[in-house]
Amino acid sequence: MTSSDKTKLQIQACKVRMGILLGTYSAKCGHPGGSLSAADMLTYLYFREMNVDPANPKDPNRDRFVLSKGHTAPALYAALANRGFFPVEDLATLRKDGSYLQGHPNMDSVPGVDMSTGSLGQGVSCACGMALGLKYQGIPARVYAILGDGEIQEGQVWEACMFAAHYKLDNLVIIVDNNGLQIDGWIQDVMNPYPIADKLAAFGLAVQEIDGHDFDQIEAALDMARATKGKPSAIVMRTVKGKGVSYMEDEADWHGKAPNEAEYRQGMEELEAELRELEAQ
Amino acid sequence: MADIIRKATREGYGRGLKELGAEFDNVVVLDADLAGSTKTGVFKKAFPDRHFNCGIAEANMMCVAAGLAATGLVAFASSFAMFAAERAFEQVRNSIGYTRLNVKVCASHGGMSVGEDGASHQCCEDVALMRSIPGMTVLCPADEVEARKAVRAIYLQPGPVYMRLGRLAVPVFHSEDYEFVIGKGEILRDGSQVAIIATGLMVYEAMKAGEVLAGQGIDAMVINMPTIKPLDEALVLHAAEKCGRIVTCEEHSTIGGLGEAVCSFLSETRPTRVRRIGVQDEFGHSGPAWEVLKDFGLCAENIVKVCADFAREN
Repeated sequence: MTSSDKTKLQIQACKVRMGILLGTYSAKCGHPGGSLSAADMLTYLYFREMNVDPANPKDPNRDRFVLSKGHTAPALYAALANRGFFPVEDLATLRKDGSYLQGHPNMDSVPGVDMSTGSLGQGVSCACGMALGLKYQGIPARVYAILGDGEIQEGQVWEACMFAAHYKLDNLVIIVDNNGLQIDGWIQDVMNPYPIADKLAAFGLAVQEIDGHDFDQIEAALDMARATKGKPSAIVMRTVKGKGVSYMEDEADWHGKAPNEAEYRQGMEELEAELRELEAQ
Repeated sequence: MADIIRKATREGYGRGLKELGAEFDNVVVLDADLAGSTKTGVFKKAFPDRHFNCGIAEANMMCVAAGLAATGLVAFASSFAMFAAERAFEQVRNSIGYTRLNVKVCASHGGMSVGEDGASHQCCEDVALMRSIPGMTVLCPADEVEARKAVRAIYLQPGPVYMRLGRLAVPVFHSEDYEFVIGKGEILRDGSQVAIIATGLMVYEAMKAGEVLAGQGIDAMVINMPTIKPLDEALVLHAAEKCGRIVTCEEHSTIGGLGEAVCSFLSETRPTRVRRIGVQDEFGHSGPAWEVLKDFGLCAENIVKVCADFAREN
């Protein structure tokens, strides 16, 4: 990608992060930390990787995305809104009574959401079913699922990995957001899932490890996944929970807490400064 | 009745699936290492490229079924009732019920009639669990013909369905021209003193009981209720108005099953005296199926006794 392409993605990622702050601040609850860590990958997927059309969100030939770590819906909603699936201002209705932006993704109410998720471990299995269904019907679309690194403590995730490898779902990419933190603390202290890449490889996936905030590495990994035939791909991306908002970074406390007004203002100021800098490039 | 043919409802499921597969390309079938037992193996033999074994991993299977349905296919997912409805309950609730996707969970080996395998496999809570999921249709066919016809009916009705099937060969009393309609029960014998509303393998037991009761001078109505949710309320109301006494019969816990559905409906519309025959808040035990069923009162003899006592009460 050119440096101009990369700047454009960085600008979009910055806007996605602003949407995450807007949503969680307006809702006075929600999950900003894991939303911010996945923001760059979501931006790349929706703005460069996936074949999706906001004007035709149910196109049977579209690529699919499943947010298996459904609690980070603010990031998915912000990516979808910025991509044109619904108005960005609606992000302020997140989790409010009567809003279509449910606390966890709902495929019936939110344009662009391909699977309702929220109960950890289930989305990745649904993504397997989608990948199999597309293959069975001869549709050359791809399926992407983002999982939390805490989420992989769910046994069902490994049932899904076994299934994906067994049925050679090479149209499936499982992305683990390895921000290192879950609600109760560092993942290795709560219930150690490491070594994540080795385990995924042992289950038969083609695994890559990247920096999940580096668009060049994201692009290379997704290109490699696309070129990998006969087995599903997994990308373990090292990320920073709360990435982009200084006081949230690497703090487990920001897993499921909304910013207050002062925190919201500070976060937005940081992101606005970053945006101005990027737009000046 | 002595020379009647006996077949398990799971056999009707296998046959129905195969017929459906021949008719519709978008039917796919999932199993969790029990294809021989659930009878999805019959479909697999005919359409190997559309049958996906998920291994012993029911939680994953239910969500895979949801994913398949999300791409426009109609997914039938099968295991034993214990593992389909109970182990994978939350997967069915969140990935199939909440999403309203076109998944048909068809679970064999429901109830006490699993017999020798004992309590760990005698699933008597599946109907209660599945009824509790918003929008879930819950079926329990009474014989092989009804099960086979139900397969087509649930395919044609969009959205999630739970269908309970049995392991045990039971009398086939429906004829080939029987028309199965989701949400409709059928009066198998008219009567005026007590109405027996039964589901699954208890239906034939209720028919036998109806004859014995007639010999004792008790005029019993016998109703087959293959759809437990949505309940055929008009028929229940008719039975209540005509007979004034209702006996429900199910191979399931009296907590949350057909009996409770009937009671809930009647208590709010036409309070009626009801006796519930079913598993009384107990776990099962090993033994030949018919002996175990008898141990829990799930037999014609007990239906006769309950109905006779009930009919004589003032």
